Amino acid sequence: MTAPAPTTLRARLDATPWASPLGTQEYFVNMGPQHPSTHGVLRLVLKLDGETVREVVPVLGYIHRGIEKICEHSNYRQLVHLTDRMDYLSALANNWAVTRVVEKAAGLETNGRIEAIRTLVTELQRIHSHQLWWGVFGMDLGAFTPFFYGFRDREILTDVFERTIGGRLTLNYIQPGGVMHDIHPEFVRDVKAFMAVFRPRLDEYEALLSENVIVQERLRGVGVLSAADAVALGATGPVLRASGVAHDLRKAEPYGLYGQVQFDVPIGSRGDCWDRYAVRMCEMRQSLRIVDQLIDHIPEGKHFLVKPAAKIKVQPGVWYSHLETARGVLGAMLVSTGGEAPYRVHLRTPNFNNLWTVTAMAPGGRVGDLVAILSSLDLVVPDIDR
Amino acid sequence: MSLEPQSLASRTAAAVDAEPWMAIAFLAASVVGVAAFVTVLGLVLIYAERKIAAHFQCRVGPYRVGPHGTLQAVADAIKLLLKEDVVPAGADRLLHILAPVLSFAGMVLCIVALPLGPHAQVVDLDIGVLYVAAVAGLGVIGILLGGWSSHNKWSLLGAMRAGAQIISYELSAMLALLVAVLFSGTLQLSGIVLAQQEGWWIWRAHGAGVVAFALFVVAGTAEINRTPFDLAEGESELTAGFHTEYSGLRFAFFFLAEFLNLFVVAAMVTTLFLGGWMPLHIGQWAAWNAAMDLLPPGLWFAGKAAAVVFLLMWFRWTFPRLRVDQLMRLEWKVLLPIGFANLFFAAGLVVSGWYFFPTDAAPTAPLPAPAGWPSDGAAP
Repeated sequence: MTAPAPTTLRARLDATPWASPLGTQEYFVNMGPQHPSTHGVLRLVLKLDGETVREVVPVLGYIHRGIEKICEHSNYRQLVHLTDRMDYLSALANNWAVTRVVEKAAGLETNGRIEAIRTLVTELQRIHSHQLWWGVFGMDLGAFTPFFYGFRDREILTDVFERTIGGRLTLNYIQPGGVMHDIHPEFVRDVKAFMAVFRPRLDEYEALLSENVIVQERLRGVGVLSAADAVALGATGPVLRASGVAHDLRKAEPYGLYGQVQFDVPIGSRGDCWDRYAVRMCEMRQSLRIVDQLIDHIPEGKHFLVKPAAKIKVQPGVWYSHLETARGVLGAMLVSTGGEAPYRVHLRTPNFNNLWTVTAMAPGGRVGDLVAILSSLDLVVPDIDR
Repeated sequence: MSLEPQSLASRTAAAVDAEPWMAIAFLAASVVGVAAFVTVLGLVLIYAERKIAAHFQCRVGPYRVGPHGTLQAVADAIKLLLKEDVVPAGADRLLHILAPVLSFAGMVLCIVALPLGPHAQVVDLDIGVLYVAAVAGLGVIGILLGGWSSHNKWSLLGAMRAGAQIISYELSAMLALLVAVLFSGTLQLSGIVLAQQEGWWIWRAHGAGVVAFALFVVAGTAEINRTPFDLAEGESELTAGFHTEYSGLRFAFFFLAEFLNLFVVAAMVTTLFLGGWMPLHIGQWAAWNAAMDLLPPGLWFAGKAAAVVFLLMWFRWTFPRLRVDQLMRLEWKVLLPIGFANLFFAAGLVVSGWYFFPTDAAPTAPLPAPAGWPSDGAAP
């Protein structure tokens, strides 16, 4: 008869057999919920042998706000507003994911202008998000300066968003049936100015971090995630692509105007931290390429096709739709029993699955490696808990 | 003004019989001078670091307190003085309180031996290099005790990292120092400066000086726990490492010790490889040397030390941090072999006299017998 499966966290950690060749003792450390490298209220219970990580157990729930439950009491228009607060660095992609499933369920139409604006702003926000990630990544490796460089350039884009959208972080822009406001008259000029500034800055980023020998030492061969593990753990986005799986919903199931633009999906070969770093750096250039192709070709038309006072109603049924945020696949499932509010909403968030890859990558590495791995996953904690 | 070095301690000793009041005045000048120097230098360095970091990072840094934020460091100091000084429950109270004092004391003990100018040195020890290397080690005891006594696993991790790191890198630092000692033929810091009268060891020593300079800058950065070797604090990994549990005045002591250690390393680099307070002399070029002498020695020292400090700050705001095993690998597999090879190479240079403007006195002449010993050199 086998022993019953350990239930408590303590029991689970104690159950892992480990014989140290040096006769040293293992110990537990709580990394978080207050820790500079978890980037939010995430708690990782570490089992350490000196500096070597033996096991990582993520503990969640510190920032659970019940977004999915609140959705059950909201009408189909209101669903969008909460999604800004999940992955706050890709608010627009979150808006769009929910918008798409509502539009699919309610059979709402869009036009070329709406799709072009949505694609453009979402792609700009992918850059926006990767800029912040790059800065924070540098800081997690111990270099402070990239953080300020990243934020300096991110600020330009934040201002672009502010002009059109009004918000800077929780943008709340993409709605079922269109986008909240038409683009600002200066939008096209601002975006072009940003791209002119940012292209050389991206080379500067490469010179500051990518070409630094310490960065390469810290990242190469660290936190290797095999393609099989990445798929098994449900990793998506740059984490999955760095492991060599060329899966990008923008290519696999084109939505918006992604079917009409040319771009490449960068993939890694070894799945280590360096590959995840390089994939994101390449993605920024690809996003610039997409924006470059679209910015001069925004069709004329209305930006909102549903009357503001009209209530959106959905027939009974189950709908699912997903898209690629800066961090991976965000899926939105809607169960309707008819009426103005959904019966059940489930959001499949990329960070939740991506977090779990750390349990496969970190054991055997050092504490410093764990920080590099966590940072290379680009986690946004409110997206994990929802 | 004579450039013959004279330390405050030697003046005190000389005056103690004839003019006891002068001896007391010199003694008081030493104590007050060191205290004032440490305080002012600490504030200047903190301000400089904040400003330099800010400009590296495309921001302006402190700007509100005083003109261009010059009083910001003073405001910080007052804030730290007024803050509650917490000793965590379960901490070893005595060691927790002692640790920052030890760190600070180690640093002050280093500073008193440094020749900041021909007449600006408190104690001029015969074994100055050895002494500085030895008391600098007090700092690591402070860090180890601080991490150990804090009753916090992150602190302990930081302290253990610091212990391993500082002790390892001290070897490379010593090997680099020994190169300058070999060329100068003395362990006395003022003697090393005087030996560079015809040129600084960094360029006079045919490569050995440059290598030793680079080695010492790297090892020195590691010894004072600055990026890329700031694993003991490792803010993104260990929250704040060994001083996580420190607050208020005791944190200020660690903080100040850290900044002044930066100066100690810069001053040692300056003294040993950049000629200390010695102006940029080249051999017997009398006109050139006279022109260089127009600047006072204190200014030469300050300028060189500031340049090295800036270099170390540049490192800090550019590089990320190494991992703990990479740090050890760098020391034991890279720096240490280079250090030994360089030392042997330097010894060869000294013996053969094959360097710029060789002095025939230092390496080959027999050491003078210590005072009171018979002239044949045998112990009494």
